[in-house]
Amino acid sequence: MTADTTYKVPTMAEMAANGEEPEVLFWVGCAGSFDDRYKKVTVAFVKILNQVGVKFAVLGTEESCTGDPARRAGNEFLFQMQAVGNIQVLNGYGVKKIVTACPHCFNTLKNEYPELGGQYEVIHHSQFLQQLIDAGKITLKGGGTFKGRRITFHDSCYLGRANKVYEAPREVLQTLDADLVEMKRCRTKGLCCGAGGAQYFKEPEPGRKDINVERTEEALATGADTIAVACPFCMTMMTDGVKNKDREDSVKVYDLAELVAQAYSL
Amino acid sequence: MVFFEQILFVLALAAAGWFLTRRIGLIRRAILLGRPEDRSDHPGERLNIMLRVAFGQKKMMTKPLVGLMHFVIYLGFIIINIEVLEIILDGIFGTHRLFAPYLGGVYPFIINTFEILALGVLLVCVGFLARRYVAKVARFQPERHREMGRWPRTDATLILVFEILLMTAFLTWNASDSLLRERGFGHYGELRGTVGSFVVSRFIEPLLSGLGDPGLVAVERFTWWFHILGILGFAVYLTYSKHLHIGLAFPNTYYSDLRPKGQIKNMPEITKEVQLALGIPGADPTEPPAEPGRFGAKDVRDLSWKNLMDAYSCTECGRCTAACPANLTGKKLSPRKIMMDTRDRLEDLQRGWQKTGPDFDDGKSLLGDYITAEEINACTTCQACVQECPVNINPLDIIQQLRRYRIMEEAQAPGSWNAMFSNIENNMAPWKFSPSDRFNWADQLKQ
Repeated sequence: MTADTTYKVPTMAEMAANGEEPEVLFWVGCAGSFDDRYKKVTVAFVKILNQVGVKFAVLGTEESCTGDPARRAGNEFLFQMQAVGNIQVLNGYGVKKIVTACPHCFNTLKNEYPELGGQYEVIHHSQFLQQLIDAGKITLKGGGTFKGRRITFHDSCYLGRANKVYEAPREVLQTLDADLVEMKRCRTKGLCCGAGGAQYFKEPEPGRKDINVERTEEALATGADTIAVACPFCMTMMTDGVKNKDREDSVKVYDLAELVAQAYSL
Repeated sequence: MVFFEQILFVLALAAAGWFLTRRIGLIRRAILLGRPEDRSDHPGERLNIMLRVAFGQKKMMTKPLVGLMHFVIYLGFIIINIEVLEIILDGIFGTHRLFAPYLGGVYPFIINTFEILALGVLLVCVGFLARRYVAKVARFQPERHREMGRWPRTDATLILVFEILLMTAFLTWNASDSLLRERGFGHYGELRGTVGSFVVSRFIEPLLSGLGDPGLVAVERFTWWFHILGILGFAVYLTYSKHLHIGLAFPNTYYSDLRPKGQIKNMPEITKEVQLALGIPGADPTEPPAEPGRFGAKDVRDLSWKNLMDAYSCTECGRCTAACPANLTGKKLSPRKIMMDTRDRLEDLQRGWQKTGPDFDDGKSLLGDYITAEEINACTTCQACVQECPVNINPLDIIQQLRRYRIMEEAQAPGSWNAMFSNIENNMAPWKFSPSDRFNWADQLKQ
C-alpha cells in the first residue's frame, strides 16, 4: 500500500443513516482517542481493519468513557451514569459485537455492562487479531522486520487475570517470527504495570519504588529490544519505565496492533 | 482406676465440646454480622471448586515443594483422625485398641500407615519451622511485614511445635504400648501375637526398653493422655488461631466468587437512581427509593458475610502480599493485613459482646481504626492477591467496598481523582479534552 492511501473510518451514525450494519463496533476508548501515543495504536488497528476488509464502525464523538476508573476509585454513581448512558447509545444502534484495544474498556463492557442492560459480544483486539490470523486473513511474511529480534509480552491485569486472555496476544506475536521471551512473572503471575485501579490518575502512595520501574526492570532483564503491550495504560507505564532506566534508544514499547501493522508495512 | 480414667476422659471431651461449640457459635455470629449475599447458585460448579481447591489443594501446588510439604500435613491430619476415633472410643469405654480384634491383619497395616504419616507430619513441621526461622522466607518476617508481629508469629510457631509434640506423643505411645504387649503385661498382652511392633515406633522402643513395667505403663498412659488432650485443646485453640483454615477452607472455597476476577460487584440501589436521573423508562419514580443504609463499607457490618468468612479462613501465608505490586514496591498496602484486620475487628467485637452484651459499641470502625485510606488507595486492583490465595479469599472485594465508602460517603478522594471524576462527568473522558475532539484521531487517516 502506498502512503497516500486513504482509509475508511465509518461511524455508527453514518452506517445507520445508510441503513447499514457493521460486523463489529470498534470501541476506541479515551486513551485511543486522546492519548497521542495510543492514537497511533488506534490508527494502526484501523489500517489493519481496512486492509483485511472487516466491515466496522466507530462511535466517533458519541463514544464516552466506560466509567472504569471511576468505578475502581470507588465512585459508583459516576460509573453507572457513564455505563447507563453508553448502553443507551449502544442499544440504540443495536450493537451486537464490540472490539476494543483497551483491556479496561474490554473488561467493563464485557463483564460489567450486562448487569446494567448492555449485552454484547466483546473481544479484545488481541483476540480479534488472533482470529484474523487463524482465518488466514492476515498472513505475515516470515523472515521480515522481526526476524531474530527479541520481544517480551507484558500481561495486562484486565486482560490476563481478570479475563484469562493469556494466549491470544502471544499467538499474535508468534506469527511475527520474532524470538518471544517471557518475563519471570508472566501470565497468572504477571506483575501489574502500576496503572490499574485508577492509579494512573493520581500520584502513587509513598513507597520504595514505582511499580512501573519494577516491572520495566523485569522486562529489560529478558534482553528484549521490544516490549509488547496490549493496553494503553501499560503502554504509558512501560514507556516511562524504559525512560527511567535510560534505555529508550535501545528498547521500544509497542502495542500488538502496531507490530502487526509494521509487519504488514502498513 | 480404669473407671476413674473413663470419667476424666468423658469430662475432658465434654469440656472441649462445650468450648468448641461456644466458639463456633461466636464465630458464626460474627460472620453473620455481614450483609446478606446470595452464593447458593451453581452448586455443581461450587462443589467442583471445593473438591479441586480445598480437597485437592490445587492452588498449593503452584509452589510444588511447599505444596507437597503442606499436602503431607493435610493428609496426615485427615487420615490420623481415623485413629483419633479409636482413641476416643477407647477413652469412653475404657477399652484398649478397640478396633484391633475386628480388623485382624489389617489393623497393623493401618497403624503403620498412620505412623508413616505421623513421621511425615513431624518432619514437615520441622521443615516449616526452618523456613520461618532459618531460611527466613520473606513473607513471614515481621521486619518486612508489619502485620506479622508478635501474635501472628507466636501463633504460627505454636501450631508447628504443637503438631511436633502431638506426633511425638503418638509415636512414643505406640512404642511403649508395643513393648508392654510383647512383655505380655496386663491387658496389654491380650493382643500379643496378633499385633507386633509398628514400622516407625519400633525405632523408639530401644529408648524405652530399659524401663520396668510400671515405668513403661506410666509412659504409655502419659503419652496417650497427652496426645488426646492435646488434640482436644488444639481443636479449641484453632478457633482463636490462623489455623482455623483447616475447617473453613472447605466452605470458603465452596462459596467462592464465580464471576470473572475483573468484575466488580454491582450496586443495584444506585442503578435505580441513575436510571431515574437519566429519565430512563424501567425505573418506577413513584416507588420509594431503596434505603441503601450506607454506600460502601466503613465497618465489618457493611461487608458481606462472605468477606467475613474470608477473614476467618485466612491462614496468613502471605502469598497475596508477596504478589501485591503495591506491597512489593514498599507501599503500606498488604492484602494479608486487610484480611487480618477484618478478623481482628470481628474478634474485638466478639470480646465486646462477651463483656457488655450484643449492643457493644467501641466507637471504632474497620476503616480508620484498623485499615487506613493510604492502604486502600494504593491498590491497583490487579487481582494478583485474589489469584494467589490458596483458599480463594478475595481481599480486593473488601478494598473496593472501603473505597466506595471513602468516595461516596466521606467524599475523601485524592485531589487528582476528583479532577478525573469531573473530567469524566464534563468531558466524557478522564482527561480535560473537549468531547468534540474525540474523533480527531481519524483526521490523519481520512486526509
